[in-house]
Amino acid sequence: MTDTPTPPVAEDSVVRFLRGTRLQHDRVRDQWVIQAPERAFIADPVAAEILRLVDGTRPVAAIIDILAERFAAPRPVIAHDVLEMIASLAQRQVLTA
Amino acid sequence: MTDTPVLPPMSLLAELTHRCPLQCPYCSNPLALDGREGELATEDWLRVLDQAAELGVLQVHFSGGEPMARRDLPQLVRHAASLGLYSNLITSGVLLTEATLAQLAGAGLDHVQLSFQDVDTVPAETMGGMPGAQAKKLAAARLIVAEGMPLTTNFVIHRGNVGRIGRMLDLAVDLGARRAEIAHTQYYGWGLVNRAALMPSRAQLEEATRAVDEARTRLAGKLAIDYVTPDYYADQPKPCMGGWGRRFVNVSPTGHVLPCHAAETIKSVPIPDIRTDSLGAIWADAPLFRLFRGTDWMPEPCRGCDQREQDWGGCRCQALALLGDAAATDPVCTRSPDHARISKILADLPETPPPLVYRRYGNAPG
Repeated sequence: MTDTPTPPVAEDSVVRFLRGTRLQHDRVRDQWVIQAPERAFIADPVAAEILRLVDGTRPVAAIIDILAERFAAPRPVIAHDVLEMIASLAQRQVLTA
Repeated sequence: MTDTPVLPPMSLLAELTHRCPLQCPYCSNPLALDGREGELATEDWLRVLDQAAELGVLQVHFSGGEPMARRDLPQLVRHAASLGLYSNLITSGVLLTEATLAQLAGAGLDHVQLSFQDVDTVPAETMGGMPGAQAKKLAAARLIVAEGMPLTTNFVIHRGNVGRIGRMLDLAVDLGARRAEIAHTQYYGWGLVNRAALMPSRAQLEEATRAVDEARTRLAGKLAIDYVTPDYYADQPKPCMGGWGRRFVNVSPTGHVLPCHAAETIKSVPIPDIRTDSLGAIWADAPLFRLFRGTDWMPEPCRGCDQREQDWGGCRCQALALLGDAAATDPVCTRSPDHARISKILADLPETPPPLVYRRYGNAPG
């Protein structure tokens, strides 16, 4: 799957978790994990911040706005990180636009 | 052994039953199949799930035998979901109907892994030993996808079907699977009994690997492909179970708690039992789990090897099965003093495969 170029994600798209994937807090290890078919992988703190805002109704632009405000960071910087992460997770069959 | 830190397990393999309508000669179940009368009760499994979640397990794989042969499967899935456990059903599909699938989906099942013996009906049913199975499996796959449940198709590879991998992956895409596993037979239990009938040649293995690589390019974006090779042809052993007592815990139909599904072959220590001890106590303290955890148990050349925390010494059950010593370096490793045993096995593979020994109660040799 790594050979395909990552398709861009538009800010007005609404992303959601694919059925069979979810973000979950791992209470025992105190970390966020992405649960997916036959594997679970750790969501780093940045990914967890983004994914906790993925609710299947909020457009990507709104997620960027919330994070830019929360971290008092320039919007283009946040937008870059969010779009890149979403595209990468879409590529890995975690999210779908 | 006492100094090795004990990390909580990530996954529980819940082998609910050894009963199965199929008789695949490469089955990973032990030769001594557990009968229905010895199976854990529903309450036992509910308790296992409670203890697994408390211990830190994230995913539970309901397996068998055929796990759908247990009537309490939806109840177990529902309980797993209530505990936040990700539930995966590993099934042959032959007992799956629209009604049973709806029950499982309603109970919160997250994913299905559906096995196929082949892409063509005749060789598939010859291997599975169940007439009519292929049509049932195809129907099951369509029901699963129509329901919206994510589907992984699993194909076990051997010398008889190794040439059809490309078509197997096309079938997976046609059925709407998101993932496919192309898993070469692992030579334990029934697979070991049938090794001479199943093991591909090196040329066949290379052809298989090319077919997978080609499909990964051709089907990129449509299908994720997991590829498992037969370790006899490897230079380094596989990191079996991600290390002994490190990530996986297996509970057998009768409640034996094992570091891997073949570990009942190790007779030097008692087999822990979920009916008498808790999963947490067994995971941390049972001699079977402490036996090969970490690296302190290792002999040379493992002990001084820079790969010791990558492959964890390979597979203990393979060392036992092939060398009679579970604590030996996995002979698959080219650094093993016994690696010539593997070369000889491969050199001695017969031109014509011997008859298959089917996996069924009372059919194990010896």
